[in-house]
Amino acid sequence: MRIKAAEAIIKCLEAENTNVIFGYPGGAVLPLYEALRSSNIKHVLVRQEQSAAHMASGYGRALNNVGVCLATSGPGSTNLITGIATAYMDSIPLIAITGQVDSTSIGRDMFQEADIIGATESFTKNSYLVKNAKEIPRIFKEAFYIASTGRKGPVLIDIPRDIQDTYIDFEYPSEINIRGYKPTLSGNTRQVKRAVDLINKSQRPVICAGGGIRAAEANDALIKFVEKSKIPVVCSLMGVDAFPNDNPYFAGLLGSHGYNFVNKSMNESDLLIVIGARFADRSTSMIHKSSLTRNVIHIDIDPAEIGKNIETKIPIVGNAKDILNDLLDYDYELNTKSWLSELQQKRKNYMEKLFAHDTPLNPKKLINKISQFMGNDGIWVSDVGINQIWAAHSFTVSGSKRFFTSGGLGTMGYSLPASIGAKIALPNTKVVASMGDGGFQMLMSDLAIAREQNAGVKFIIFNNGYLGMVRELQKNTYNENSYFGITLGFSPDFMKLADAYNIKGIKISTDEEVDDAITEMFKDNEPFILECIIDPEISSVPRLGGRKHE
Amino acid sequence: MSKDKKLILSILVENYSGTLSKVSGLFTRRGYNIDSLNVAETQDPNISRITVAVTGDSYIIEQITKQLHKLINVIKINILTENTSVQFELMMIKVNSVGAKRSEIIQIVDIFDANIVDVSSKNMIIVVTGSEDKNNSFLHLLTPYGIVEMTRTGPTALERG
Repeated sequence: MRIKAAEAIIKCLEAENTNVIFGYPGGAVLPLYEALRSSNIKHVLVRQEQSAAHMASGYGRALNNVGVCLATSGPGSTNLITGIATAYMDSIPLIAITGQVDSTSIGRDMFQEADIIGATESFTKNSYLVKNAKEIPRIFKEAFYIASTGRKGPVLIDIPRDIQDTYIDFEYPSEINIRGYKPTLSGNTRQVKRAVDLINKSQRPVICAGGGIRAAEANDALIKFVEKSKIPVVCSLMGVDAFPNDNPYFAGLLGSHGYNFVNKSMNESDLLIVIGARFADRSTSMIHKSSLTRNVIHIDIDPAEIGKNIETKIPIVGNAKDILNDLLDYDYELNTKSWLSELQQKRKNYMEKLFAHDTPLNPKKLINKISQFMGNDGIWVSDVGINQIWAAHSFTVSGSKRFFTSGGLGTMGYSLPASIGAKIALPNTKVVASMGDGGFQMLMSDLAIAREQNAGVKFIIFNNGYLGMVRELQKNTYNENSYFGITLGFSPDFMKLADAYNIKGIKISTDEEVDDAITEMFKDNEPFILECIIDPEISSVPRLGGRKHE
Repeated sequence: MSKDKKLILSILVENYSGTLSKVSGLFTRRGYNIDSLNVAETQDPNISRITVAVTGDSYIIEQITKQLHKLINVIKINILTENTSVQFELMMIKVNSVGAKRSEIIQIVDIFDANIVDVSSKNMIIVVTGSEDKNNSFLHLLTPYGIVEMTRTGPTALERG
């Protein structure tokens, strides 16, 4: 079939079951938009390209599929960058398609020309500059495969405008053969056996579950393994939704902004089983170095993560689900009763104190209440800042509930577009986004999409008038006299803004108003803004944070 | 931390545009130093060999190798040491050779099995190939005559056997 390359691109997307594209048009993607016009793929016009990448990321994450975003050359493509880097750090599959100036003009600093391949090299899993239109079917086949297999991540395809207008013989390849890309999925049997032996010798083992659990859809396998082996579980920020919180084996959140007792218990454990986690600085900074050099079993799909941040006794490379199923084939004779009850007691004490803040409106209590209201289903999308820590601590995971956040890059503004993307993917699922007044104002222009697309996200804005996390860091690193550059001196009236966007909203400032607000918020499937006036002195976690300035 | 070692990474890559940039960019990004790098097509025009000389401890070398493997266009990586491989580098030297110096220089060239590839009334250009050490000694011997210009490739290598 002889068709224009632009049409071929749309056919490739259709072959990959792409139903929605988040994009922003421009001169260098005109042929592509012309082809898109007559296709069945829905186009969501964002208000800023960064949101297109976050929306595609939220959309893909909700469906466990690959999201697609599209932008024109130059500023269109550079605006995507933060969204692409966010997806890369959290291993979220994403296809970013960018237009480029004519292939014959590249390098001449044409209008809206930017070297987007060069600019995104360090945070794309792979990227392609299409130089020959005939390569388009192969490139798209490879791109979707690379984005969604192994350690998932974003792939960028940069397509010059003249290439889009070239006629090619189109046939979508059915097979794929990339010589340099053969991800390991099943774990080495010998290593699995060694791991079982080490587990059976341990007395105080802990599993640390990361984002790799959900990425591999290994959550059920993890529950089965935990219940069989009787090993308690802690999670990283990316692993908040890896394990149900109501399961008796669940201890809590690890890391510099995690639960204090969880970090302490890591020092007291004699075996650490890390599954699908990088164990980066934020996870390990509160743990003694010596505990990290004891017995570590590290299970990860990316061999480069093993041994990068912590020394590993037994590395197992592969898909978390496959390896957990392998581990399930063995018998375990662990006696973790006293270790577990010790952790359970500590968790109970911690949770009692977690909500004990004597302020008119307690954000943690509010998150917890809404989370309970959601039941066993729904998606919570958290922004970045102290509100991220409140959400990670107070959101309760059970059933099929999900928790999305920008864990690696820590991108403020992520939650608003990502939640809209998730809601477009799953219109009948409850989607709640929580953010600070700083993060909200970063990409609030895309509120228009929530209205336009009838994406009934419930937005919660914690308004404390400050950039709370930086304020806290300044206080803890220097002192109270060192606050600088963190006051949001003017913000619009968020309720009037809601009204301007034709979105309903309520502003509350006390705990007593919360129940009625929840009823009002969830009475229909429309977008809603809940503005919460928060005392700026409420910190991320009770003790904490920042290195003391010497 | 173990001691720094000098090693050669022999990397087979798919010959797509941007591959060299991805490989060299990775070194910069992760803070690894490259001593030298050279690249050329292999007998298969779809595959190139990038030969990188690096210095680092075993942690760094392991990290480099793992991160390189993650690049989609990287097919294979061999770590070559002096014992396991044959290593050559090429050096070109333009040396001052006025008057009686000329015959002395020709003698040195003979000993080192080097080649004179260009001669003028003032200078001559000499090409020498061999190990880094051999080329260093050659350079050292010619220095007193006055080096006008020089260039060297850094090592390229193949595994023995």
